Amino acid sequence: MEIVAKNHPLDKYLRTDRIPHIWCPGCGLGTVLNCFLHALEETDIDLKNLAIVSGIGCTGRVAGYINVDSYHTTHGRAIPFATGLKLANPKLKVVVFSGDGDLFAIGGNHFIHAARRNIDMTVICVNNYNYGMTGGQLGPTTPLDARTTTSPYGNIEHPFNLCHVAAASGAVYVARWTALHVRRLKESMKEALNKKGFSFIEVIASCPTTYGRRNKMPTGLETMKYYKEHSVIKHGIDPSKADIEIGKDIVVGKFVDIEKPTFDEAVHELIKKARK
Amino acid sequence: MIEKLPAKKMVITGDYAAAYGALLCDVDVVAAYPITPQTLIVEEFSTFVNDGITDAEFIMVESEHSAMSACIAAQAAGARTFTATSSQGLALMHEMLFVASALRLPVVMAVVNRTLAAPIGIWCEHNDSMPERDSGWIQMSCEDNQEVLDMIIMAYKIGENKDVLLPVMPCLDAFILSHTVEPVEAPSSDEVAEFLPKYEPQAILDPDKPMAIGTFTPPEYIQELRYQTHVAMEKAKDVIKKVTKEFASKFGRDYHGLIEEYRCDDADVVLMTIGTVTGTAREVVDELRQKGKKVGLIKLRFYRPFPAEEIRKIAENVEAFGVYDRAISYGSGGPLFIETRHALYGLDLPVLNFLAGLGGRDVVKGDVEKMYEILLKAKEEKPKEEIYWIGTRGVEI
Repeated sequence: MEIVAKNHPLDKYLRTDRIPHIWCPGCGLGTVLNCFLHALEETDIDLKNLAIVSGIGCTGRVAGYINVDSYHTTHGRAIPFATGLKLANPKLKVVVFSGDGDLFAIGGNHFIHAARRNIDMTVICVNNYNYGMTGGQLGPTTPLDARTTTSPYGNIEHPFNLCHVAAASGAVYVARWTALHVRRLKESMKEALNKKGFSFIEVIASCPTTYGRRNKMPTGLETMKYYKEHSVIKHGIDPSKADIEIGKDIVVGKFVDIEKPTFDEAVHELIKKARK
Repeated sequence: MIEKLPAKKMVITGDYAAAYGALLCDVDVVAAYPITPQTLIVEEFSTFVNDGITDAEFIMVESEHSAMSACIAAQAAGARTFTATSSQGLALMHEMLFVASALRLPVVMAVVNRTLAAPIGIWCEHNDSMPERDSGWIQMSCEDNQEVLDMIIMAYKIGENKDVLLPVMPCLDAFILSHTVEPVEAPSSDEVAEFLPKYEPQAILDPDKPMAIGTFTPPEYIQELRYQTHVAMEKAKDVIKKVTKEFASKFGRDYHGLIEEYRCDDADVVLMTIGTVTGTAREVVDELRQKGKKVGLIKLRFYRPFPAEEIRKIAENVEAFGVYDRAISYGSGGPLFIETRHALYGLDLPVLNFLAGLGGRDVVKGDVEKMYEILLKAKEEKPKEEIYWIGTRGVEI
């Protein structure tokens, strides 16, 4: 059979020497990365001005795969690193790509404060409901009653509703999609990239290896089927009404899209005022 | 309370050995955060909790900083606590480590030695635990999985001794021990209970007898607290020797206190190792002895308190002394080398430092042979270098 294309059309965005990636079969991360690269392709962002910052965990590997300036930071610290990048070079488009454990457990404090200050950055959180990289322990997004290696009889801790946290902390753009909603996710990523201020996208991904197989979704395909049957699009809904619970519908959509001065703008405004 | 557990022989990882050791010690509270290659320890422990083998409280907190904070508070409330971490997790705990020791709370924490970023790696290096030298924690390293299990049990006995009352950090090499299975003999829970009596806290937070701990303290008092902590660490030396002896008579395994000598009696040159490299070095010593070379080995078990006297006593009778380090203090030398030279001050013999296995690189027999070769040569003629980077690209030896 004749080889039609030797290279993938998105290869130019990847450090191909690092591919194949380490993600498990059935993982949602490849899809999310693919959506992001397509979003880049369809926006006019200058790759020379784009920086990707990741923390630690499965999603943390994204920074190593995208062929732009990238920083693979320590666990939980992607947002403070990104804040420093943005302050030093306000022209940079800064994107944080990390997981739920990294951004909302060990790094939770940084998330709420960057959102509160409205630092101009895009945070993409791939939520797989557990600490995948270390083998599937209970994390801050694990739904009630879900089984993990450290909660074999079901989780008793209430999880964060990440979009609610983001909105309550002051994010100007908040959206949630699953890894099944590839086109909508890509469109959302484009909007977030073009949005001035702290924009946040939660992507509900599949993690058959460490989460799914303990929670009746043993393959990526079954997880996708579940998301297809249980996802309900509700744009503009109050994100506090969009908790994720086992057996209930997953509310997805764009929840917040507002205008607010960014930290950078506020600083310059203040300087102007002070100099008068 | 734990279920009655019979003595048994198991084939287990170092991580399992640490978790099982903590189980046998009937700990009350475990707070932890996952990090490779430690995760298995707390995961195994959570399984013991979920299986109902222990009624210990287990919580997965949101970071290592919180894990240590929770353990300190639980210990202050009178509980026996346990946690485990590695690398970045230990670095994040740094602030709280000083709190545990200064408040004299004998928390026990297994540390799986993993390289500290940057760049990120997951394999063995001692640059995570060694910078915690001055934190007031008793710090020791294990050679095999049996020692891991035994050391967790001894750690509580040492730390909780009224002359000591300091937290203890038994360390094990990432993957070489943490994820490798070995046969391990576990004592029964009854035997451990006889060896390690119930924890009797010295001062506990009790609503009926209100007390404040760790409060703002002016210069009039802090210096004395520092002195007392230092004295406690010094006293730990004798306690460690006593506890290892007692352990040996009860369980039949003798760890010889702070250091273990191997064929040092008539040795011309001696190498001091730490962690798993010791096992490899033992074999090299046997082979070199067969060839008629008078070489000896010291297995350093405790980094804090540092067994300066014991090491000096051996060094007094040799012609060259080598120190193996799996970490580097930039601009100076390996942490154990710095410490050893301090201990050997005034002795007229070459003291050399061998760095190998950083970032998790294997240290094989050939590397240790090279160390002895350099030591034997140093006995004959004054060496040009003090620090040798074994198996390092760009460095000629």
